[in-house]
Amino acid sequence: MLGALVIVFREAIEAGLIIGIVMAATRGVADRVAWIGLGIGLGALGAGVIALFAESISGAFEGSGQELLNACVLGAAVVMLMWHNAWMARHGREMAAEMTAVGQAVTSGKRPMTALAVVVGLAVLREGAEVVLFLYGIVATGTSASSLFLGGLLGLAAGAAFSALTYYGLLAIPTRYIFTVTTVLIAFLAAGMAAQAVQFLDAAGIIDVLGQRLWDTSGILPQDGILGRLLHTLVGYTDRPSELQLIAYLATLAAMALLTWVATPARPQRAPASRTT
Amino acid sequence: MALVRGIVFAALLAGLTVSSAAALAQDFNLVIRDHKFEPAELRVPSGKRVSIYVSNEDATPEEFDSTALKVEKVIPGKSKGLVRIGPLTPGRYEFMGEFNADTAKGVVIVE
Repeated sequence: MLGALVIVFREAIEAGLIIGIVMAATRGVADRVAWIGLGIGLGALGAGVIALFAESISGAFEGSGQELLNACVLGAAVVMLMWHNAWMARHGREMAAEMTAVGQAVTSGKRPMTALAVVVGLAVLREGAEVVLFLYGIVATGTSASSLFLGGLLGLAAGAAFSALTYYGLLAIPTRYIFTVTTVLIAFLAAGMAAQAVQFLDAAGIIDVLGQRLWDTSGILPQDGILGRLLHTLVGYTDRPSELQLIAYLATLAAMALLTWVATPARPQRAPASRTT
Repeated sequence: MALVRGIVFAALLAGLTVSSAAALAQDFNLVIRDHKFEPAELRVPSGKRVSIYVSNEDATPEEFDSTALKVEKVIPGKSKGLVRIGPLTPGRYEFMGEFNADTAKGVVIVE
């Protein structure tokens, strides 16, 4: 049972972390719970569908279907996160000011909630498909299935708890800074996803350049340990990155910075005077 | 909808490039039976792209997982999967079947 718990929890950590960050980033948005819930629900549904068609997906494109699907899912998430950050660069300051002004009240500003709901859905989809397949394997084997299945459910619950922990941890940040923090977190999240995506393209045989390993820190901070896994999701830590992975990582961060710079309104902000008093 | 879009996109990508890369790689075979890898040890040349054809003969799915090889691939029950690795520097690279980590263990030795 413990084994099942650990496996499911490990898969749930990544999605949990992303949900927690998205919840914090959408603080003050009226219908965010509905949006994020929709993302989780559709993601879980998609995970079931992917698990159901695992065999045909796996066999597609000369055996590279799974890698391509993962790369596309990650790529789509990166684009959505970029959209979010660009939007926040344009409107975030007014929103933070507004929220500070009216206490914890709900902001009237529209947010790119679709983008974030998609990000949550994609995260659940990717990790969830593995969980479904794993649990299916348990059920199919039959032996001591109920105990293992319970372990799996507990693992999911632990993942949800982790998500809540992330969220409330981020809530401790003062309102004035929270969107800055979540924007930076999201930039790193996207950079890590981009690095993962190019690795999947490499595994699919689509890309066959710059595959040399740059360094190996698996002895100091193994990526499959708890801390390594957390850092992997949070900032894209990889203990044996390839050249291409580092390039994708840095390029995504640069693109995020550029987008933010372009999207930030040119007119001088008049808000600070009223806020700092 | 994102899935459909992803698949369409994947189809475009794959159509463009899949055919070119496969030919250069070297091929190896691996079987999953009773939640174990056979052989549990693969010797592959360094500095080359290597294709490992993994055949899962069990009824249940398995995930070929290795952070060392940077591979995470689900191989459904009673089916085959292709794992591409490398180029690698000489050394030992462990892998496991994540869904049955107690028994499914193996290592790629690059020399």
